[in-house]
Amino acid sequence: MSGHAGKFLPRSHPGTQAYWDACRRHEFIIQQCGDCGTHQFYPRIFCTSCASSAVAWVPASGHGKVLTWTVLQRAVSSAYAADTPYIIALIELREGPVLMSKVCGCEAGSVYTGMPVEVSFEDWSDEISMPVFVVASG
Amino acid sequence: MEQVNTLRGKTAIVGSADTQVGKLPHTSATELCVEAAMLALEDAGIGKDQVDGLVTCQSMTEPHMYHAEAMAEYMQVFPRYCVTANAGGGTTFSALQNAASAIATGVCNTVLVSMADCLRTGLTRDQAMAMQSSTGHPQFEIPYGPTVPAYYALIARAHMERYGTTPEQMAAVAVNGRNYAALNPCAQMREPISIEDVLASRMIADPLHLLDCSLVSDGGAAVVLTSAERAGDFPKDPVYVLGFGEGHGHEHISQARSLTTSAAVESGRRAFRMAGMGTGEIDVAQIYDCFTPVVLIELEDLGFCAKGEGGAFVASGQTAINGPLPMNTNGGLLSHCHPGNPGSMFGLTEAVAQLRGEGGQRQVSDAETALVHGQGGIMSSHATVILGKEQVL
Repeated sequence: MSGHAGKFLPRSHPGTQAYWDACRRHEFIIQQCGDCGTHQFYPRIFCTSCASSAVAWVPASGHGKVLTWTVLQRAVSSAYAADTPYIIALIELREGPVLMSKVCGCEAGSVYTGMPVEVSFEDWSDEISMPVFVVASG
Repeated sequence: MEQVNTLRGKTAIVGSADTQVGKLPHTSATELCVEAAMLALEDAGIGKDQVDGLVTCQSMTEPHMYHAEAMAEYMQVFPRYCVTANAGGGTTFSALQNAASAIATGVCNTVLVSMADCLRTGLTRDQAMAMQSSTGHPQFEIPYGPTVPAYYALIARAHMERYGTTPEQMAAVAVNGRNYAALNPCAQMREPISIEDVLASRMIADPLHLLDCSLVSDGGAAVVLTSAERAGDFPKDPVYVLGFGEGHGHEHISQARSLTTSAAVESGRRAFRMAGMGTGEIDVAQIYDCFTPVVLIELEDLGFCAKGEGGAFVASGQTAINGPLPMNTNGGLLSHCHPGNPGSMFGLTEAVAQLRGEGGQRQVSDAETALVHGQGGIMSSHATVILGKEQVL
């Protein structure tokens, strides 16, 4: 878990605790509406599509594609400096929602829009494992 | 059909001023805010006792939980309307619209809008970077280490992929701003730059180079807004507020409805409708330019060019000094100054200067109408203001 000291760790609240607990188990879950079936991310107390409160956590495929990306040469703070250059991307999940993440395990120059990726996890602390994305294994 | 805002021509700017900008180690955010305020009052020819409304913005370097109240206390003014804009960008003009509404409904008569901060000397580079990046989602974005340039780089990349926009076209926005800054003795960066200079500058967040990014500055700006009825009583020609429009699409970029089309579509449509004008009737534009690609998207979404054509529009000189739409005539956030939350104010004071004929070497001849556009967050909240001289009322 070295190399992550000083980073901005997410602080969960009751509405997001299940997500971070799942990440800690290296499981990727998102919300789905029990009424209209729409998936959503980030978690909310209701479905943004139909306003139903019957939202529930469901396992997600963890597969998606790079919607857009950037390679950071300048880190946000010294805690991230050792990671440069690092790739920040918006990932469109197979289920539809978009989230921000990091693309790892590939050369900065090899990322491209539309690149198929799958979720992986980095253990940043005893409580927090961060979902990141790597080139899909096929 | 959406109801039309009825504030057209009801209020006017009668005082306007900037402080010095750039690196100002001898002062603080509070002092700059008050200095800007007093300069604008002097420009309006009135004393602080005639102010009955005050609008400020939160400072990152010297925050106050009750910012506007703290500024009122410092100046010993006792307003009946007192509001702090929490952030910058479009919220500056949201606050201006609120102030105009307050005047039009008799809540108050004369509102001083003063905004300042000291991002350059009041924070270290790392502090400034981290503080501004905190606009990201605390759980679902910030942990990955994005910077503000990175958030905008995601937008730039998407626009390049979708419309074929090139780094050279984005660089043309920076060159456009610098060309005007060279004519503005107050601008922070006045050395001429070329497209090649922008492309050769250090890569910050691919595809954004250092010179695609706006400045980090100290500075303040203020305006005095009053009712159209009172506006004739002030020494300088009033600049009337003809159009306001807001549009709000998201806060966090990962939640954007679209990466390449912004809520400037809505803010622009509303402002033009209220003003009863079209893009062809705008003589000079101040388009929020925190990063070069932002300007291209705003020009498209406001309707100055077709969707996807922003790059070609700027690169072909349409916004240049003698072009049909002179843009960011003080040098903009890219070359004049960008103190953070107060950023949009300098576009507003520059528009006032242009409409008064006070633009010096960079004066746009016969400018009678101006459009000012601000956006905040990450291409999130947009606000458009259309201003005009008395003859276009």
